Amino acid sequence: METFLHQLLSGLATGGIYASVAMALVMIYQATHHINFAQGEMAMFSTYLALTMINAGVPYWLAFVLTVIISFFGGMAIERIIIRPVEKSPVLTVIIVFIGLLLILNGLAGWIYTYTNKPFPSPFPDRSFGYLSGHELGSIVVTLVVLSLLYIFFRFTPLGLAMRAAAQNPVSSRLVGVRVGRMLALGWGLAAAIGAVAGMMVAHIIFLDPNMMSGVLLYAFAAALVGGIDNPWGAMVGGFIVGVIENLAGHYVVGPELKLTVALVIIIGVLLFKPAGLFGKVLVTRV
Amino acid sequence: MDTVKAAPKNNAPIGHSGPKPNVAALVALLAIACVVPFFLKGYHHLVLTQMLVYAIAILGLNILTGYNGQISLGHGAFYAIGAYTAAIMMDKFDLPYWSTIPAAGVLCLVVGFLFGLPALRLAGHYLALATFALAVVVPQVLKYKGIEHWTGGVQGINIIKPDPPFGLKISADLWLYFFTLAITVIMFILAYNLLRGRIGRALVAIRDQPIAAEAMGINLAMYKSLTFGVSALYTGIAGALGAIVVQYVAPDSFTPFLSISLLVGVVVGGLATLTGALYGAAFVQFAPNIAEKVVGIPPQIVYGIFLIGFMYIMPLGVAWFIHAARRKLFARQRASG
Repeated sequence: METFLHQLLSGLATGGIYASVAMALVMIYQATHHINFAQGEMAMFSTYLALTMINAGVPYWLAFVLTVIISFFGGMAIERIIIRPVEKSPVLTVIIVFIGLLLILNGLAGWIYTYTNKPFPSPFPDRSFGYLSGHELGSIVVTLVVLSLLYIFFRFTPLGLAMRAAAQNPVSSRLVGVRVGRMLALGWGLAAAIGAVAGMMVAHIIFLDPNMMSGVLLYAFAAALVGGIDNPWGAMVGGFIVGVIENLAGHYVVGPELKLTVALVIIIGVLLFKPAGLFGKVLVTRV
Repeated sequence: MDTVKAAPKNNAPIGHSGPKPNVAALVALLAIACVVPFFLKGYHHLVLTQMLVYAIAILGLNILTGYNGQISLGHGAFYAIGAYTAAIMMDKFDLPYWSTIPAAGVLCLVVGFLFGLPALRLAGHYLALATFALAVVVPQVLKYKGIEHWTGGVQGINIIKPDPPFGLKISADLWLYFFTLAITVIMFILAYNLLRGRIGRALVAIRDQPIAAEAMGINLAMYKSLTFGVSALYTGIAGALGAIVVQYVAPDSFTPFLSISLLVGVVVGGLATLTGALYGAAFVQFAPNIAEKVVGIPPQIVYGIFLIGFMYIMPLGVAWFIHAARRKLFARQRASG
């Protein structure tokens, strides 16, 4: 029972990180109907920026805030410069551009910071609270704060409303004066910022290297699909579910070496048996 | 409403199954490929052989992605299955190297077909996502302890390089080159025959107008899964050859980067072209080295820039570009003459 509770709770802690990345994926998917394969590498790159600042002597939380701000504008810039020209292209073109972006960010990080593992500091006290370590508890709190802020932003601010409108019905939104293009860029900025937070939280657990996020991204894909790829709150729930399944399955069923395979099984399972996910809209193709 | 999805479109011109191959040029190319290696040193034979291996794999992926419009970011998995089939057959069962090629092909055909069956329900993004997951998972599965006595775990398997048969007085590397060249030629001819007729037209129809294609009586499910299988067969054969060439298989040779490299080859060479596989293979074989040794930047960056650049400037790749240039040139000659 002890181990079970411990595995369950630390599953929730990593699940929170997956939930954040899944949220970032869904945010871009809702607005553009594209799955951002470069989301993980964007987060990884942001985390390196944070490490550079921390190593230069900037206090953790200041570096944290600066990284989030820089990532926000970086995400907007990527949307404006790289994604905008292919926005209306066929799926294959867009996916290839995303893969290109993934490769460039991965290569740049490897080039600048080398491919060796680097430890990443945690701002939280290094002792355990019940079944959780300080960092696990801290990252759950950070995740919940980020997700609450997002909820408040989308639910109670005019800008959040405009963004939801632009995602749901771009044509009508444009008619009532919403700058749809700008909203897309803003969505990318937010996604990059959320990714940066997730990257900084997960880097302490799995160490920082340019390929750090490939596994996390996979779990986030699984989370987004479980929750329904067009439903941000579904993605959040999906993140926690996937985190717990991953930890329990890794501990009791397949062993730690095959944890990633769990993600593959979840992804294919959901796509086959419930493609809309738990809370997603069922897609109808009109002939 | 956003719940209604428009019919997917692809880059390549509708109704085209690729530029017509120029037979004279291909025969000349084959002649060069047969003669030139005699003037090269051992290491270059390996490089050229590896390039041919990539060409077969890229051709396989192009049948799926270029002609049939199904996106795979995980073909490295089939390459890995082919490579491990060859390695296990040669190392554990002492079977001759040439027997591993058809075995790897058939195994990948079956696995690809089975993976293609569920993949049918997944279009566009979802297929990309599922295959991407496959690419990420492969190294971890290959390292799995439960199958270690077959796969050699993290260590992988070493293979002994085959000797030339019939007492030929050429080096083992050169023999391997000609062996691979022969298989490459066979695979290209087979692909040409497969794609130029009814089946090829069906694949392109499914890519461009799936609903109309089904209305015309094309069995979408069968064709799509079979295409996945055939594509996996090509990549699996390439994997088996690749393992024999490098004489070694290990989980970390089959990272997602391999799958992405194959996609890079397809995109650079030209979607929905046969000759494109050759240009793509040359790019994948030489560009990373040139980037790293000459310019000093990591191959990922070069690949990334080329992927995005091609999508902006030449979305149809080198083969279509050459095709268009040649037509323009000949049109001008005819006009002046």
